[in-house]
Amino acid sequence: MPMTMTQKILAKAAGLDSVKPGQLVQAKVDMVLGNDITAPVAIHEFEKAGLEKVFHTEKIALVPDHFTPNKDIKSAEQVKRMREFARKMGIKHFFEVGQMGVEHALLPEQGLVVAGDVVIGADSHTCTYGALGAFSTGTGSTDMAAAMATGEVWLKIPEAIQFNLIGKPSEWVSGKDIILHIIGHIGVAGALYKSMEFTGDGLEFLSMDDRFTIANMAIEAGAKNGIFEVDEETIKYIQEHSCKTYEVFTADNDAEYLKEYTIDLSKLKPTVSFPHLPENTRTIDQVGEIPIHQVVIGSCTNGRMEDMRIAAKILAGRKVHRDVRCIVIPATQRIWKECMQEGLFDIFVDAGCAVSTPTCGPCLGGHMGVLAAGERAVSTTNRNFVGRMGHAKSEVYLASPAIAAASAITGKISSPDEVMK
Amino acid sequence: MKFEGKVIKYGDNVDTDVIIPARYLNTSDHSELAKHCMEDLDATFVTRVNKGDVMVAGYNFGCGSSREHAPIAIKASGISCVIAKTFARIFYRNAINIGLPIVESPECANDAEENDRLEIDLEKGFIINYNKGKTYRIEPFPEFIQKIIVAGGLMARTKKEALPTETD
Repeated sequence: MPMTMTQKILAKAAGLDSVKPGQLVQAKVDMVLGNDITAPVAIHEFEKAGLEKVFHTEKIALVPDHFTPNKDIKSAEQVKRMREFARKMGIKHFFEVGQMGVEHALLPEQGLVVAGDVVIGADSHTCTYGALGAFSTGTGSTDMAAAMATGEVWLKIPEAIQFNLIGKPSEWVSGKDIILHIIGHIGVAGALYKSMEFTGDGLEFLSMDDRFTIANMAIEAGAKNGIFEVDEETIKYIQEHSCKTYEVFTADNDAEYLKEYTIDLSKLKPTVSFPHLPENTRTIDQVGEIPIHQVVIGSCTNGRMEDMRIAAKILAGRKVHRDVRCIVIPATQRIWKECMQEGLFDIFVDAGCAVSTPTCGPCLGGHMGVLAAGERAVSTTNRNFVGRMGHAKSEVYLASPAIAAASAITGKISSPDEVMK
Repeated sequence: MKFEGKVIKYGDNVDTDVIIPARYLNTSDHSELAKHCMEDLDATFVTRVNKGDVMVAGYNFGCGSSREHAPIAIKASGISCVIAKTFARIFYRNAINIGLPIVESPECANDAEENDRLEIDLEKGFIINYNKGKTYRIEPFPEFIQKIIVAGGLMARTKKEALPTETD
């Protein structure tokens, strides 16, 4: 039976020669992930069940990134619980403030995920690692607890939707614009329970950072996972970041897809997602006059080095609008240091931006940039649900770092072309 | 399992951020979470929900964040069962794992209106809407999932696997 990339990875992890959609399997995992919101619930379940040992001390990653550096006493208690559990169990990959980063930027950078891996994480954006040719998916805390004990997870083999990307994107079209375009096209449940498999000649124009952004938002179309075909770019990234053994899985030529879309990247325009669903997309020329109060550039979606460089290119020598707070958050310590070394912080600070240590903070309305009633933000994050970044009457517009930086300067949602004259 | 209660109805794409906003996730205390359940979508929910009530919604219920606090908050608020046209996949897993009964029934979700009285029998596999005078069949869970439910949730099953007992 012909199989997709995802099906092949899961068949191997389940110890089977082949699998078919709908089949339930028990798969071995290569990495189990949790953060400071989800891990404490998992640890509680783990201990309540009387379990005393984790399945592998190097195959679990605990990243306190959501309410860190701790915003209040309750958050500090949650991280304390994670830290103590990590020490007690001998878990190697616990990332303390000062070493940590936003989990989905951190794990690939630290080489903890490679092509062919099966990863589950108690965080919905765990699907990010599909950019590396891995199977990765979000679960809840109880699934995390069970996987920490057994090293296994039950999964239903998904059907797949193929996205054949062709052509070269124009200057301001990034991975973010591509995935927002796709979500706008298929809807927030357009890939419910399915794999989104990305392939095509257009991949050669997409950097790893673009691919991480695209895979990251597969969940915003309801997908189980998003996965990219592995090419030279992927192998280069893995070799630069990891010593783990990787395995490349390629879809069979006659693999079956529920649907196949061909997307000509050269025809896409910078895209913005309006409140309160990621599928409410408009191209930048259709946005109209939307004054804003805050810009956030960062997160597991767009807090990587390329994102920082694009924002800096646009903000260089310019000033953030007087009615706007612009918050820049490099996603990991390594990215933070690179920004510093490349002089990007001079650019950001001279422009009037606040630069933060790595945190998920504002993306989920946690801290470091919560919105008041009636306020509007342009954010490079991934969700614009009601109340996502603060008050239920605030609004979030999702966009690329280029649009976010341009909007910070003009005080309204703007194309980079407007400021780069 | 059998439930009877009145309908509290919502639309499509109810996300876990509105079920329990992240600003309350610095705790996992069930009763604390229940106090803020649905707050950003429907501030009246916590004042009008009665024990046993049934939450009915449209497509893609529970989309977004993987926070297990969402089904926990719903369960702790007194809701006995959630009926939706479809569920987002992480919410679906989480609900089964923590023991919040969920039913996919597009027909029932379509017909049911606020305050309708529903009876749900999961074993026999039907829902009755007394106000509409209609009965709906429930598709049984796949056997694999039924086993998790019978075992008393995922951790109960895991415990059995991970900790061999003396009789094994």
